[in-house]
Amino acid sequence: MKRLVSDTLVIAERNLVRLPRAPDLLLAFTVQPIMFLLLFVYVFGGAIVTPGYSNYVDFLLPGIIVQNIAFGGFVTAVGLNEDLSKGLIDRFRSLPMSRPAVLAGRTLADVATNALSMTILLVTGLTIGFRFDAGLLEIAGGVVLLLLFGYAFSWVFAWLGLLVSSPESANSVGFIAVFPLTFISSAFVPVDSMPSALQWFAEANPFTVVVDAMRALWLGAPAGNSIWGAFVWTFVIMAIFAPLAVAVYRSAAGGK
Amino acid sequence: MSQPTKQNESIRRYAASDQSAIVVEGLVKHFGGVKALDGVDLDVKTGSVLGLLGPNGAGKTTAVRVLTTLLKPDSGSVKVAGLDVVDDAAALREQIGLAGQYAAVDENLTGRENLTMVGRLYGMKRREAQARADELLDRFELDEAANRPANTYSGGMRRRLDLADALVAKPAILFLDEPTTGLDPRSRLALWGTIEELVAEGTTVLLTTQYLDEADRLADRIAVIDHGKVVADGTSDELKDRVGGERLEVKLDDDGFNQRAIEILGSMSDEDPFVEGESVKLTVRERRGAIVEAVQKLNEAGIGIDDIGLRRPTLDEVFLSLTGHALETEDDETQEDGK
Ligand SMILES: Nc1ncnc2c1ncn2[C@@H]1O[C@H](COP(=O)(O)OP(=O)(O)OP(=O)(O)O)[C@@H](O)[C@H]1O
Ligand SMILES: [Mg+2]
Repeated sequence: MKRLVSDTLVIAERNLVRLPRAPDLLLAFTVQPIMFLLLFVYVFGGAIVTPGYSNYVDFLLPGIIVQNIAFGGFVTAVGLNEDLSKGLIDRFRSLPMSRPAVLAGRTLADVATNALSMTILLVTGLTIGFRFDAGLLEIAGGVVLLLLFGYAFSWVFAWLGLLVSSPESANSVGFIAVFPLTFISSAFVPVDSMPSALQWFAEANPFTVVVDAMRALWLGAPAGNSIWGAFVWTFVIMAIFAPLAVAVYRSAAGGK
Repeated sequence: MSQPTKQNESIRRYAASDQSAIVVEGLVKHFGGVKALDGVDLDVKTGSVLGLLGPNGAGKTTAVRVLTTLLKPDSGSVKVAGLDVVDDAAALREQIGLAGQYAAVDENLTGRENLTMVGRLYGMKRREAQARADELLDRFELDEAANRPANTYSGGMRRRLDLADALVAKPAILFLDEPTTGLDPRSRLALWGTIEELVAEGTTVLLTTQYLDEADRLADRIAVIDHGKVVADGTSDELKDRVGGERLEVKLDDDGFNQRAIEILGSMSDEDPFVEGESVKLTVRERRGAIVEAVQKLNEAGIGIDDIGLRRPTLDEVFLSLTGHALETEDDETQEDGK
């Protein structure tokens, strides 16, 4: 257990240290979210009707932050797959280190990068007119929920990254999985504006639950079941995908 | 957990008890329908060097991966440092260092960061790991490049960094899968020196190689592996003896090269002589007097000789006769396959 903690920290440090040296990745955390936010607000913002919200940026920001945090796990998928194909996973597996630490360190490093892109989005959002309608406690609760949800999602990506055959396919499989999930949700448009078949999917979608919870926490929107529902989803995702990912890691044959 | 001092103790402990560092019995490993290892037996005495020699696809890497706990055996018993690869995998990993066939370094970390990370994952404190990293950077002549990311390293430098990774914890047993492939002659010699130093300190080494001169120089014993089976094993001398006695090589002069000459020389051997250009090579029954006999017989037949000599078979010839193909040819084939 002591080894799990110290090895996890060593791996997390490794992943954070190498980050600024891969400028394309850094771009994905900084410029890309800003670009998305500005495009949505200024291109679609005028056309999308969001009853109950004084302007689109209020409605959008929680959604776009949740989407962005889900995408944050990409780095884990691509990075782990690279480690696998470059033989680093073999190196780690031959060391007397804690087995889950390679994955736990990766996903922990994601929390830091998620915090970074969340901050960037918040600052940009506040600059273009986003306003909280909540107390400090609710705001902090929202931040915690976001980071936890992002952490749970990193495990999904860890599992994915170990399953696919190349970093490129990690990228495209991740994209195909996350894009529809985030778009067919309440993140960008009100769910009741969708055709009924999609509405059914959108309402069951964990992204909708989490986005609604964020709006309740940060904007005082009606919470319904969304807040505790979001935490339940987060833990369910983690409980399923963390053991799955560790099991695949243990048996990973390792590329040549 | 794996402080260098403890490691040394464990080396001494194995040496004192004269225990085998590696014992493999009846190891079998399949990949789908491919039988990569088909009943391999190995026994490596503590403090000795075993060279695992075999053509491409023989199963060398698979064997190393099973022995280092990266793959589970299908059947058979494998013990390293007295520990079972399946049941005691965690404890076993404390005893070993591995440099795989392809350098496994983090390209975005510097050489020093790579080594420090590995040290800490062996359970060292940060300071200790850093000190060990500097020692190894120095030893492998990477000190100038120590603070550059590894993606700026040449292939040979990466290879050396990978080997340094394997040595971080001063392991009692070291696995090197083709350690000098891709090194220039100078680096190769330097690495041979390093391996010899480690062996002198008591480390047990299992290395696979494509280079016979490497096996000849470093290995106490050689196991020749082909199609997942050990087809021969022994010291380099024993293997050479197995293949047969002394080789007589006669270079005939231009006029002397004819069927008659080949017949005369052939009568001195149990096998058909091997003809290459104007040279005739054969295994002689009796070393003593072989040269005189050949010279006399050829002289009587009026056949001229340019050069004549006796020599022991090379490991290449051993390899050829054991596996039915030479190493180098195999190598060329795979290169054409674009491996
Ligand atoms: N992960 C794998 N999946 C399927 N087959 C494999 C796998 N690894 C190895 N093999 C097969 O097992 C056999 C032995 O391979 P191995 O890599 O052990 O050979 P090798 O002696 O190391 O060869 P080389 O000199 O080319 O490195 C080969 O036929 C190879 O194709
Ligand atoms: Mg190999």
